Amino acid sequence: MTTTKLKPVDAVVVGSGVVGSIMSMELANAGLKVLCLERGRMIDPQTDFVMPYVNDELKYDRHSDIFQNLSRETITFRNNARQTALPMRELGSFKPGEMVGGTAAHWGGNARRFLPHDFEIRSKVTERYGKNFFPEDCTAQDWGVTYEEFEPYYDQFEHIYGVSGKAGNLNGEIQSGGNPHEGPRSREFPNPPTRPTPQGQLFAKAATELGYTPFQGPAAAMTQDYNNLYKVMLLECQHGGFCSSHVCSQGAKANPLTAVLPALYKKDNFELRPLCNVIKVNTDSTGKQATGVTYIDARGREVEQPAGIVVLATYCFNNTRLLLLSGIGKPYDPQTGRGVVGRNYSYQVGGRVHVFFDDREFNPFIGGGQVNTSIDELNGDVIDRAQLGFVGGAYINCPSAGASPIKSKPVPHGTPRWGAEWKKAVAHNYRRTLGVHIHGSCMSYRQHYLDLDPTYRDANGLPLLRMTFDWHKNEQKMLAWMYERCVEIAKAMKPAKYHAHAIPLKYSIIPYQSTHNIGGAVMGTDPSTSVVNRYLQSWDVPNLFVVGGSAFPQNPAQGPTGTIGMLACWAADGIKEIYIPKPGPMV
Amino acid sequence: MAESALLHAYGYLIQPEVRFLDAAVERLIPTDDLGPGGRDAGVTCYIDRHLCSAWGTHGRNYRSGPWLEGVPEQGFQSRLTPQEIYRIGIQEINAFCRARYEQFFENLPAPRQDEVLKALEQDKVELPSLSSKLFFDLLWRNTEEGYFADPMYGGNRGKVGWKLLGFPGVASGAYNAHLDNPAPYRAEPVSILDIQLKQAQVDAQGFAKHIMLKQDGGK
Repeated sequence: MTTTKLKPVDAVVVGSGVVGSIMSMELANAGLKVLCLERGRMIDPQTDFVMPYVNDELKYDRHSDIFQNLSRETITFRNNARQTALPMRELGSFKPGEMVGGTAAHWGGNARRFLPHDFEIRSKVTERYGKNFFPEDCTAQDWGVTYEEFEPYYDQFEHIYGVSGKAGNLNGEIQSGGNPHEGPRSREFPNPPTRPTPQGQLFAKAATELGYTPFQGPAAAMTQDYNNLYKVMLLECQHGGFCSSHVCSQGAKANPLTAVLPALYKKDNFELRPLCNVIKVNTDSTGKQATGVTYIDARGREVEQPAGIVVLATYCFNNTRLLLLSGIGKPYDPQTGRGVVGRNYSYQVGGRVHVFFDDREFNPFIGGGQVNTSIDELNGDVIDRAQLGFVGGAYINCPSAGASPIKSKPVPHGTPRWGAEWKKAVAHNYRRTLGVHIHGSCMSYRQHYLDLDPTYRDANGLPLLRMTFDWHKNEQKMLAWMYERCVEIAKAMKPAKYHAHAIPLKYSIIPYQSTHNIGGAVMGTDPSTSVVNRYLQSWDVPNLFVVGGSAFPQNPAQGPTGTIGMLACWAADGIKEIYIPKPGPMV
Repeated sequence: MAESALLHAYGYLIQPEVRFLDAAVERLIPTDDLGPGGRDAGVTCYIDRHLCSAWGTHGRNYRSGPWLEGVPEQGFQSRLTPQEIYRIGIQEINAFCRARYEQFFENLPAPRQDEVLKALEQDKVELPSLSSKLFFDLLWRNTEEGYFADPMYGGNRGKVGWKLLGFPGVASGAYNAHLDNPAPYRAEPVSILDIQLKQAQVDAQGFAKHIMLKQDGGK
């Protein structure tokens, strides 16, 4: 194939999602000529996603063309290295996006910070419980940067995404109404917290009785009209449901399309090029300097785009896969434990207790992906784990996400799956149920990793990424304990019935769990256990930055997007303040 | 009316399949005093339209070999498309019913139909070409979709699925004020189809204008 070589740009950013849009904005603000390449199609949120047509569960939740098109590219999956990995032929467990705006275009809007403890989990847990407290095969490690250093960048992201909430810790002073266990904030949230729904109020009452301190979860759907850091106007959320998996018609949910790209499009030194599928990061003959990227455009032409700086800003899978396809960094080998690319892939643990009432009725269709009442006492370092025997924690919440009729109508345990009894049960319970949800951390383990599949290939003939992952007994033990706590909360609500989901023995690719896949190109202080340094700069190729969920060394309990956005602000600042004045290794 | 004739136009399904599906979806969601069942809700029509879409040939699924069975945790691994699963599955289930009960599925008495559906669900019927559970799971997933998706896709006729739940359909601009209000919000459901046919009103933002129902469910 002949390759067309284009004129160089200062920086090429691969992906236009939460990371790519912010990195593009910040680098363009620094005066660089920035090109953003996106594999998905162009979107005009003003015209493509309008009422009433966005209120369509079938189109957007079941058959969405804003999710990744697996006919061109998927991953392969197996629980362990003894199995043959098989392709994920249909979407299930997670829903990566494929359009301008990326996965964040259809996120739910839970915009939490990780706890200070989460960034230093290896040293803090070892300090408190001894080094043998971690499972022997656990490869969890410190991030190499502390919460204190990250705090200004969380603050920056929250003022781009208009995050709502009530501070629970302002400069070390505990505040009422917020999460008392969060890390210190330098100032209040940019927007006031969501209003608790009747379901949330019931959860809060039960949780308070049991000694917890409930608060409204931080949310990136506007609680009032908000003019953000980039001078883009976001509108107040109307709580019409159809939120997560959907694109908001009101521009109320902050995402790349609504919060960042409108400001970027006005810049002469920025170009967004959709339908360009990057397949490789190119390096010079030394392999120590990136020269740009190669992509395949919509017409199938191979194009080389030279650039001074390359930023990989895609979903965790593609950041890792592009490094492997480009031969940058040593691939991880689970046999020897050596190598880094693909190491420390992880996910998150989820659980649900369904609670049913006979004497209460709710309006479950009113709400949004981000509306929830939460507790954080079971997370981080708050609980003493010495007797519990597991590493990690969870936050518990009661969401009012907008219950859509195809997928959100749980029935009590023992109800037949179909037929007259089922019909009676859904009619009775749809408006009389709420959920107590567990969002748990997941450590990284030696045997869970990403590499290239030896058999299956994508539409371009390139190897698919292979995931080897299963639930570890550490997380199963944690989940069992969390279920006991959630059942206590459920009982305190005095329901007619309740039941907990079963603890999964094996990880399955089938049911939706969360789009919170992380790792594979993790950050750290040691090149033998990390792909990028504390500035998200490749240890091997200093003008290559790999930014996103791929950089998490393990997964804390909170949704990852707040931290992914923060990392984009952090990495962009590092490039501007340290790299540009003095190109080369920053550490 | 031309429109009602279109409700019985089938783009993929053939007549034996329509008869099978009308009978099966009516057992999965039966007509009772709560309202119409799957047949009168148009679930068969929904399934047909759905099979005519890109989904019917798994247009967005990964479809390259080698095709291996794998373990259940690895998910859908059949080389058959939904179109093929329905065509082959219905033919083979009818052959099973004729061999065992000397009747097509749709002519069996209701309790017998339930028995057959349960056996399919539990993978207890040995079909020559596919797992009976694979067929059942697909049928049940599509039946639920057809009963509860917007009526513009051919099912949920008369919004019977939404009335059953008390789901008001397209959101109202009044929801924001109701977010923390414990009073039950009861409205006549509004579909996208209603709005397209100008049988329901929208406000300036495109939110539905709901007609509220009395607390006992009447207008």
